[in-house]
Amino acid sequence: MNILSMENIKKSFGSNEVLKDISFKVNKGEVVSIIGTSGGGKSTLLRCATLLETIDDGTITYMGEDVTYYDQNGKLCYAKDLNHFKKFFGLVFQNFNLFPHFSVLKNVMDAPVTVLKRDREEVKKECLELLDKMGLADKATAYPCELSGGQQQRVSIVRALAMKPDILFFDEPTSALDPELTGEVLKVIKALADEKMTMVIVTHEMAFARAVSDRVVFIDGGVILEQGTPEEVFVNTKNERTRQFLQNYNS
Amino acid sequence: MDISTLIKHLWLTPQGNMPILGTVYIFFLTLIISLPLGIIVALLRLSKVKVISYIVQFFISVLRGTPLMLQLMVVTYGPSFIAKQFGYNLSMPEKLIPVVIAFSINYAAYFAEIYRGGIESVPRGQYEAAEVLGYSKSKTFIRIILPQVIKRIVPSVTNEVITLVKDTSIAFTVSYVELFTEVKRIAISHSTFMPFIVAGVFYYIFNFLVTVAMGKVEKSLSYYRI
Repeated sequence: MNILSMENIKKSFGSNEVLKDISFKVNKGEVVSIIGTSGGGKSTLLRCATLLETIDDGTITYMGEDVTYYDQNGKLCYAKDLNHFKKFFGLVFQNFNLFPHFSVLKNVMDAPVTVLKRDREEVKKECLELLDKMGLADKATAYPCELSGGQQQRVSIVRALAMKPDILFFDEPTSALDPELTGEVLKVIKALADEKMTMVIVTHEMAFARAVSDRVVFIDGGVILEQGTPEEVFVNTKNERTRQFLQNYNS
Repeated sequence: MDISTLIKHLWLTPQGNMPILGTVYIFFLTLIISLPLGIIVALLRLSKVKVISYIVQFFISVLRGTPLMLQLMVVTYGPSFIAKQFGYNLSMPEKLIPVVIAFSINYAAYFAEIYRGGIESVPRGQYEAAEVLGYSKSKTFIRIILPQVIKRIVPSVTNEVITLVKDTSIAFTVSYVELFTEVKRIAISHSTFMPFIVAGVFYYIFNFLVTVAMGKVEKSLSYYRI
């Protein structure tokens, strides 16, 4: 089943057409990496999928339910209860965006308790387990400013997981980290992939994308130029533009 | 008049007024009203409805662009003056009420601009993180944004609060019995300068306490960095 289905998505900022008719689906348990040049539309696609940006045209569906529809005048509309759809996904930001005034534990517990209205003790137990799994058990009472970038990013992954999403999006999760800290975050994502967590990862880490993904999508100029297994995209590259891009990366 | 008699007099006058308490009343009532009111004004100022934002901007600019003394007189004497034009005779209410209204509105305008700066300085990512997690707009503001705003603006608010301590003396212009009103009256009637020195010491001690208290507030918020 498709967890997310985006069809014929178009998005412009002013006269700048960032997404030109992109269709993109994610199946349950699938790990998809999105690669491509900066400004090519990767992040915008992710922001449209996570409802941070509104699309100009196309349809978005989560778990078979329509997020967008066309009214009788043919005008694109968003569903009234967007919070219903927000339960399906989580997003890990490039800059973590942890809440600085909350402790680590409160950062990960607050949304399940105050948004989903779940039982505090039960949530706390789950969150402590998740933190433990991510090697952050001793940081539960620390504040984000006391953590390294890699630790902060792992906390933000736990924060997203605590909402029990069906699909997790990553927007360049290691781009803001020192090179020696990227490993610990990538390891966590890899572990989630092994657990068959459905994930979409926008990344510049080619070796990682190749190792962890079921499917790699190359986006440039607002369109998907190539997609397939890591083998197909990285080794048997068909598209000339993709090849150029990968060459620049390898050199 | 010796100094201890003077201080006793400033605490309780023979007419039964309490000048020091008058000053303290203006100070605390103004803060209690204007600090929350400023948040509301700031949110209206930031409203996406342009008309609301412009109207609020206009009022803020008037309140900041005219003397507090003038505003105080308008609020105190305006209602009965207008009533008289229409042939009614409005009895003067307890002076503390118009004084606190004028001060609160004036300070809310200043606080609103401080809040606005604080709200605008919270990174976009904080709103987006909350949005993705499903926080409603009001929950985002109250749980995520406002606490960070408060931490950012404490130093600027301290400045305003210090100014407020000194501004309470402006209430003498409408003859509300607070410290400065009484000090000025005694200085003139007894031809002595000493009351002014006593007043100076009083305001200084008051502000010293304010600075200590605000320092404590600042310190209590220093457990995290933004």
